[in-house]
Amino acid sequence: MQYIPNFLFALALGFGVWFFYNNVRKLIRNIKLGKEADVSGDRSERWSNMARIALGQSKMVVRPIAGFLHIIVYVGFIIINIEVLEIILDGLLGTHRLFAFLGGTYDFLIASFEILAFLVIVSVVIFWLRRNVIRLQRFLKPEMKGWPKQDGNLILYIELVLMFLFLTMNGADYQLQQMGAEHYAQAGSFPISQFLAPVFQGLSESTLIIIERGAWWLHILGILFFLNYLYYSKHLHILLAFPNTFYGRVKPQGQFNNLASVTNEVKLMMDPNADPFAADAGTEDAGEPEKFGASDVTDLNWVQLMNAYTCTECGRCTSECPANQTGKKLSPRKIMMDTRDRLEEVGKNMDANKGTFVPDGKQLLDDYITREELWACTTCNACVQACPVSIDPLSIIVEMRRYLVMEQSAAPTELNNMMSNIENNGAPWPYNQMDRLNWVNE
Amino acid sequence: MSEQLKVKTMEAFLAEGKQPEILFWVGSAGSYDDRAKKISRAFVRLLNKAEVDFAVLGPEESSTGDVAKRAGNEFLFQMQAMMNIELLNGYEIKRIVTCDPHSFNTIKNEYPSLGGTYEVLHHTQYLKELIDAGRLSLTGNEYKGKRVTFHDPCYLGRANNVYEAPRNVLAKTNANLVEMKRNKQTALCCGAGGAQMFKEPEKGDMDINVLRTKDALETNPDIIATGCPYCNTMMTDGIKAHEKEDSVTVLDVAELLANSL
Ligand code: SF4
Ligand code: SF4
Repeated sequence: MQYIPNFLFALALGFGVWFFYNNVRKLIRNIKLGKEADVSGDRSERWSNMARIALGQSKMVVRPIAGFLHIIVYVGFIIINIEVLEIILDGLLGTHRLFAFLGGTYDFLIASFEILAFLVIVSVVIFWLRRNVIRLQRFLKPEMKGWPKQDGNLILYIELVLMFLFLTMNGADYQLQQMGAEHYAQAGSFPISQFLAPVFQGLSESTLIIIERGAWWLHILGILFFLNYLYYSKHLHILLAFPNTFYGRVKPQGQFNNLASVTNEVKLMMDPNADPFAADAGTEDAGEPEKFGASDVTDLNWVQLMNAYTCTECGRCTSECPANQTGKKLSPRKIMMDTRDRLEEVGKNMDANKGTFVPDGKQLLDDYITREELWACTTCNACVQACPVSIDPLSIIVEMRRYLVMEQSAAPTELNNMMSNIENNGAPWPYNQMDRLNWVNE
Repeated sequence: MSEQLKVKTMEAFLAEGKQPEILFWVGSAGSYDDRAKKISRAFVRLLNKAEVDFAVLGPEESSTGDVAKRAGNEFLFQMQAMMNIELLNGYEIKRIVTCDPHSFNTIKNEYPSLGGTYEVLHHTQYLKELIDAGRLSLTGNEYKGKRVTFHDPCYLGRANNVYEAPRNVLAKTNANLVEMKRNKQTALCCGAGGAQMFKEPEKGDMDINVLRTKDALETNPDIIATGCPYCNTMMTDGIKAHEKEDSVTVLDVAELLANSL
């Protein structure tokens, strides 16, 4: 009988981890639906980007208030996880405060967890106020209606509840320690939860034990729940920010990739010695001719798909976007959210059809992202610059423009005129190439 | 303004069996657009003054293909790029200077993997080099104490992290440089990039250039300085929209320098 709690704990832990493992597998499978990406370049630069941007939060502090609060929650999250390790071991071994033997160090650790927990509560409350009372512009854009808004608040509620449970557990524990209750040896120092003493005033030892145990269980179950909530939430960034900043852009932001498939065809066209029939035979062998650009998520590369799962929906990109600031439909955040939503839809389709995608008559273009949005982009890179986790919404916009222009010839008329001018006389305007030097004598 | 400019084509250099110090990539705007042609002329005045042995491609130059690429036409871009690369490589060009950040970006970053590797400089970087080397000195005081604010072109700034060269050479005019609230990394686009220059904007409640000019006007400037022919057009139109064309002028960095000789 005495091992029942251990058994239940192991079961909950196993179930939580197993569920999480399945979500991660699904996540990786979906990301791998993307095409190969060019992730060449200096690896040490990539490591340092990850250290600086993800670990060091360097881009968060560009906006000092949000950046500072975010660092508190982030540091709190990481450090309090040390406590979770003890909780898990206690749960499995049926011990209580296993690390108490560390003595003074333990007191120090628990004390700092408590202070962090308190600071996290303060930050989370401010975050909530920014979203719901101060109503910052960037949290109110059309793409934030419905689930994204709920998600943003839910994360804050969960964090709040977890921190309160943690402090309640400690507070009750502290009372029990004072009373000299069995199993509750003097350990830890409780700079915050000691102030909960009045709440526990007059409660019997058994009630306190129920409160302490209850909070302990709810806290760890809450953490397991939160772990599995990630996959469905923008909160996934706490994991993906790391690989995403690692695989983020290391080339100059102005450098767009050159499509290799196009290079081959252009070389053939320009080489007077090339045998066009040989080339034709070659492409036939290669099967279907390659599709240029992207009309659906599977035409994007895996880094772009990972970008979509990493997006925190913070809207920093959108608030810097010149098109969005002047009332155009384009919002780089929406580009990322749409990409993720469509990818999820494709993934669910595969789950329902034994792992193969059955065409559903939908695609990323038009069903999610409209042409009007795509054509409003000035390719200014403000979104790329602003993103705190190295996401590149612009690359998706360009890839979709490529599809529109090269597969569909569906550019706006003015752009078609501009392009035929370049074809005919080597300039976007209808001037004679022979007049290129006239400016000298004007 | 019709002071005689000395401009030699690459063809002429070849005929003499000589190599220029630099190739001045004029770009389509600099060749054909009435406003941008003045920028090309101002830059050449500076080059002439510094006695730089430079060449242009003249009628052999063709669009870099940049704007086609941003519009999504990778075919047209690569066709243009490969034609230009063939020409540039044929002439054994090593150093290219241009007044157009879009040409600067695409030749510098996107031509190499297609076989064209050159050292590419924006004209403000090259002017800084000339001044630092003592080849060019500014003695005029045309802009002394004038309030000048520099608008960072996206393809020079964010795209390639060039922020200091234009400011550095502007300071040599003894102007009073004032920064807009959003500058350098956070500068707002003028609205021309990504092929927007060639089309009407999508539906919205304002034009981007009007918003950016508002940023500039908040600094109370006498002059808005730019380093891009497209930004120049956009800001000039923006000034008109704000009905400030009588009190504020838009000039390229090269023009400010050429007027300070
Ligand atoms: S690159 Fe396009 S989407 Fe990104 S900020 Fe600029 S205009 Fe907006
Ligand atoms: S793309 Fe980056 S900046 Fe934009 S909402 Fe997502 S995380 Fe924020």
